[in-house]
Amino acid sequence: MASAPSKLYADDVSLVVVLLDTNPFFWSSSSLSFSQFLSHVLAFFNAILTLNQLNQVVVIATGYNSCDYIFDSASDLNRSFENGRMPVMSSSLLQKLEEFLIKDEQLSKEEPEGRIKSSLFLGSLSMALCYIQRVFRSGALHPHPRILCLQGSPDGPEQYVAIMNAIFSAQRSEVPIDSCYIGAQNSAFLQQASYITGGVHHKPQNLDGLFQYLMTIFATDLHSRSFIHLPKPVGVDFRASCFCHKNTIDMGYVCSVCLSIFCKHHKKCSTCGSVFGQAQSEAASASDKKRKTPET
Amino acid sequence: MNNGAGRRINGGVEEEDDEDDVNGDLDAWERTYTDERSWESLQEDESGMLRPIDNQALYHSQYRRRLRSLSSTAARIQKGLIRYLYIVIDLSKAASEMDFRPSRIAVIAKHVEAFIREFFYQNPLSQVGIVTIKDGVANCLTDIGGSPESHINALMKKLECSGDSSLQNALDLVDGYLNQIPSYGHREVLILYSALSTCDPGDIMETIQKCRKSKIRCSIIGLAAEMFICKHLCQETGGTYSVALDESHFKELILEHAPPPPAIAEFAVANLIKMGFPQRAAEGSISICSCHKEAKVGAGYTCPRCKARACELPTECSVCGLTLVSSPHLARSYHHLFPIAPFDEVPSSHLNDPIRKQKINCFGCQQNLLDSGNKAGLAVVCPKCKRYFCLDCDIYIHESLHNCPGCDSFRHSKAAPASED
Repeated sequence: MASAPSKLYADDVSLVVVLLDTNPFFWSSSSLSFSQFLSHVLAFFNAILTLNQLNQVVVIATGYNSCDYIFDSASDLNRSFENGRMPVMSSSLLQKLEEFLIKDEQLSKEEPEGRIKSSLFLGSLSMALCYIQRVFRSGALHPHPRILCLQGSPDGPEQYVAIMNAIFSAQRSEVPIDSCYIGAQNSAFLQQASYITGGVHHKPQNLDGLFQYLMTIFATDLHSRSFIHLPKPVGVDFRASCFCHKNTIDMGYVCSVCLSIFCKHHKKCSTCGSVFGQAQSEAASASDKKRKTPET
Repeated sequence: MNNGAGRRINGGVEEEDDEDDVNGDLDAWERTYTDERSWESLQEDESGMLRPIDNQALYHSQYRRRLRSLSSTAARIQKGLIRYLYIVIDLSKAASEMDFRPSRIAVIAKHVEAFIREFFYQNPLSQVGIVTIKDGVANCLTDIGGSPESHINALMKKLECSGDSSLQNALDLVDGYLNQIPSYGHREVLILYSALSTCDPGDIMETIQKCRKSKIRCSIIGLAAEMFICKHLCQETGGTYSVALDESHFKELILEHAPPPPAIAEFAVANLIKMGFPQRAAEGSISICSCHKEAKVGAGYTCPRCKARACELPTECSVCGLTLVSSPHLARSYHHLFPIAPFDEVPSSHLNDPIRKQKINCFGCQQNLLDSGNKAGLAVVCPKCKRYFCLDCDIYIHESLHNCPGCDSFRHSKAAPASED
């Protein structure tokens, strides 16, 4: 009983959860049009599904006001390989995507100007992690999950703490987060996510060849990654930003109660309100140096 | 005497009557199964395979009880995030007892290793030291430090047990060391006590008062039986005392000490600690590493103050003493500051409402909540966004993820519409 299934679930079966950015604010100002982007991406999904019969693709759309599941290749409706058609093309993916976009637009409300128009990346990342936990629970034989983020929207700084929680949870469960950033600037969140979880981050230079980037970098399953040269993380910036000015600093002061970071000495912490005992801080740092013992 | 004899005979006769009435001529081993037949709770599914015994409801109710006890007081309790913890391991004769398989000390060592890793994972800025009690004398096994490997390696080498245990000597030693740490740190001691007695040179009550004045929070996990002196120590210093029933219970108890405990505000002075956030050196750069004292190529971190190279973070620069961390280390503790509210249980009548024609799926994992595999009535709802989740997602969200997918997936949070798909 045990030997036959193990031959089916070889090391290179993968479950790819794709987080698709559908933020209208980003797509209206992008050089690549959304329909061209979709044509690259749908071809990519079909390619993944043909790499191995047991591969599975789940798509979650990241909108501006909401997130939702769009497509699951393991559900019964989508399994048909009849008439030689690819499962993703003949499925309801496009239809559901359209329904999602309409619903997303209806949920929008008036917002003050000047806010960064970021998508709800955090919501779709949390949903993806819950889905992957369900796959882990389904027994010993399951495909190896990974998350692929196709993002173009800028980072929303208010999501920082929650995104870090999600990244650490993914690191704990050993789920790599790959990210392909198609926007204009760099996304520090995606770089950190891929670095911490052991995934691949890439920002394609030429968006017309997006399909080629996706196929050569992001289609490889986890087992084969040890044999293939993938883009290495270059210059991941882990410096913190100070809470008062949002500048990146390389030396700063940290409140011992709430761990907020400041660039200058303050009398009171603005996050937790604790008053700092200044006389002790000099004595503390002096005794810190004396007490320190070599680690070898 | 006669009465006693008479009573005994009567007692014997009554016993025999009982047995004859109820159990007939059953053997002793059969009698133990008259009340409890564990095999009858097994179930088969459609193909004849055995279904695992449903412990899920039990597990979930245990989990919720624990959650409620943790968040019963205030929603946001201040926690001590920078902790200096001493683990005191009792290596007296009692620790070589074999009531825990293979021996108490083997179980302790295995779980202390797991605890140290979990502790540094959850508290990257904290430091740990190990103290052992052997032959009535307390010795410091490792100095307080932030590298898990050095503690684990030192522990695994010295596991011989002999002699008596002395609580007072251990507390005196720990008190001496913990008085040297900076004032913003929270001082804690975790004692893993296997003995049933303590052999002290002086008055232990004085030592307990001394610890209390030094603001050290002592917690004890006993492996034998409950002792008054341990309970008294924990009550005086504000720690927790628990006694392990078996190995899995011991594991649960020790891992409960990994997340930061509620902090008593007067115990640690709030301070601004100067820290450096080094950048990762470029691939291919060569420099002399300050921790290994040899030349190394490539990945390392450069101290922003003195430009010395360090191999890993978090650490203290060995040249200038600056604490070096990276922003994810600080971010790892932020979920303690912004905890999410526990989810409420949904009564089964609500889920089986005939008006709802469509299937209800768990918002996180899209599992059908009305499936026979997941018995109806076992679902939870987030009080803020009113979305349904299954039990497993509930546990995952509260223990590991710390974000509610429902609240995060809607920018302008509205209550969910009646139908969900």
